[in-house]
Amino acid sequence: MNILVCIKQIPDMESRFKIDAAGTWYDQADLAWRMNEYDEFAVEQAVQLKEQLGDADLTVLSIGPDRTKEMIKKALAMGADRGVQVADDHSHLHDPHTIASLIATFARQHQFDLIFAGMQSQDRGSAQVGVLVAEMLGIPSLTTLVEFSYTDGTISAKRELEGGARALVSCTAPALVTCQLGLNTPRYPTLPNIMKAKKKELLTIPVGDLNPADPQQKTISMAFPEKRGSGLILEGDASELAERLMRILKEKTTVLV
Amino acid sequence: MKILLVAEYREGKLLGTSAELIEFTVRMDAQAVMFLVGNKQNLPQFDGRLYLADAAQAGEFNPAVHKQLLLEVIAREQPQLIAFPHSSYGWDLAPRVALALDATQFSEVVDVQEGHLIVPVCNAKLQRRMKAETEKTVVTLQAGAFTPTQSISATPEVIDLPVTGAGDIDFQGYEAAAAGGVDLSKAKVIVSAGRGIGKAENLEMVANLAKALKGEYAASRPVVDADWTDHSRQVGTTGQTVAPKLYIACGISGAIQHLAGMKKSDFVIAINTDKDAPIGEVADVLAVCDLKQLIPLLTEKINAQQA
Ligand SMILES: Cc1cc2nc3c(=O)[nH]c(=O)nc-3n(C[C@H](O)[C@H](O)[C@H](O)COP(=O)(O)OP(=O)(O)OC[C@H]3O[C@@H](n4cnc5c(N)ncnc54)[C@H](O)[C@@H]3O)c2cc1C
Ligand SMILES: Nc1ncnc2c1ncn2[C@@H]1O[C@H](COP(=O)(O)O)[C@@H](O)[C@H]1O
Repeated sequence: MNILVCIKQIPDMESRFKIDAAGTWYDQADLAWRMNEYDEFAVEQAVQLKEQLGDADLTVLSIGPDRTKEMIKKALAMGADRGVQVADDHSHLHDPHTIASLIATFARQHQFDLIFAGMQSQDRGSAQVGVLVAEMLGIPSLTTLVEFSYTDGTISAKRELEGGARALVSCTAPALVTCQLGLNTPRYPTLPNIMKAKKKELLTIPVGDLNPADPQQKTISMAFPEKRGSGLILEGDASELAERLMRILKEKTTVLV
Repeated sequence: MKILLVAEYREGKLLGTSAELIEFTVRMDAQAVMFLVGNKQNLPQFDGRLYLADAAQAGEFNPAVHKQLLLEVIAREQPQLIAFPHSSYGWDLAPRVALALDATQFSEVVDVQEGHLIVPVCNAKLQRRMKAETEKTVVTLQAGAFTPTQSISATPEVIDLPVTGAGDIDFQGYEAAAAGGVDLSKAKVIVSAGRGIGKAENLEMVANLAKALKGEYAASRPVVDADWTDHSRQVGTTGQTVAPKLYIACGISGAIQHLAGMKKSDFVIAINTDKDAPIGEVADVLAVCDLKQLIPLLTEKINAQQA
């Protein structure tokens, strides 16, 4: 069984973002980078499947600049067999369709039985790449999964719906699935596994080798949203803040009698 | 401009998102036609042509078949834009249609400014103004972003669509959300714990503050996913919707899916170390502080006052 997991590196969402010189994306400098949360569930599910099947080969792929390798190493330490970095300093400028075209080209060369992706990326949040890859490859895709199982070529899964209800779905491999929060509990790489991961294969492919599709959209500008909230911001030490919150609770609410 | 709106239907019922789709066409100053896989007994309030395929034949969830039906309607109507709700139905189906049309897609559109579509980035800390470079465009609309200003009462002109083809996914039915537990909708005060509490043990601190205020404690999704508390306490699109007199969000960043569940609260206090956290958008007061320090002090003061 040949498995692919698509992972993306994103900045910590608690960062103080700045807009870049071109005015179309956030400035990449001085940010802490990590694996897209949804993709951690994807890696974990793929590793669990490999453990279940015994003989499976698990490749993780990420399109991004050099720093992406750090995140790929984490996926290797979680249990992936091989990492592939599609080297691209401008990956953040690509639209979901271009990113999907690169993954699809790679996937066609390697004939995967199952592809895992995150439901969405935390920075761009388009929720498109996974489905687009499957459509480009002409294979079925199941999205927003909170439960996954695989037996004899059939994927049985639960998709999450609004309100917390679920839809029970299945399809046969080859297929692609997208992972929602709570699908599993991603493991922390252990020190021995981090050491082992250093010896695993980490390939770099220049982005030009994978025929990126032409852009279909353009960012005119990026901005901070206008503050709609007229909220009061309180800063200071904890005891002073507790005092001020007490006063607010008394004056602005009816919850203290 | 002509827009094709894709309405939603589930478990035999029309979902409430079609009014928001219509509001979007008002904002775009466009003409609208609608598409629905549903049934005749349950039509959206819409003044225009509605292409209707029978859900009993097409399947309520059957993306390949729904895509094919949509493509037929698009070929007939030639809309420039196709709009879906950004929902489990919409984000699944939209990219399938976009690729088949060679159309670009903008997801989770929150606003229209000077005719341009606006999409959020990084948990809505930033936003982008977009331009399509394809002939047709597919969009998904963020829930709640296009609230109708007036209610529509109209009967659509129904055009039946015959269903053919089978699809590549087998859909076996629904499983309801786990029932039971607490009913948060009755609580006057809710104190809610987010991932910022750091570990399960700190939930007690939040529960104690709720108790001091004679309210209930609740949680954001990661706290529930980590099994620190049960799903019946989750607030948000995939949990409960609440509107208490007071909502205190502790260590919650304010993702749109969380805000959807609590933004109707009368008064919102947020406790967060990140001054830019998007919860600030809906908070009446944002206390920038480590919750582990502030919550016990506040609880103590409230208990002293109530004694
Ligand atoms: C389809 C879908 C449905 C979803 N449904 C829901 C839903 O129903 N409900 C829901 O909540 N989410 C839902 N989510 C998830 C949502 O997108 C967010 O991931 C989630 O709400 C984040 O939870 P959080 O704010 O607790 O955590 P985070 O986003 O990680 O935020 C933690 C916050 O804590 C702050 N913090 C950290 N340490 C401290 C400290 N010591 N003191 C004070 N503050 C601190 C940080 O600054 C940060 O703002 C859904 C997502 C999807 C895609
Ligand atoms: N640069 C990338 N490299 C590898 N995978 C990606 C990349 N961007 C997106 N993906 C995958 O596509 C999913 C959805 O991303 P998006 O459509 O951007 O929300 C992510 O969770 C990843 O699995």
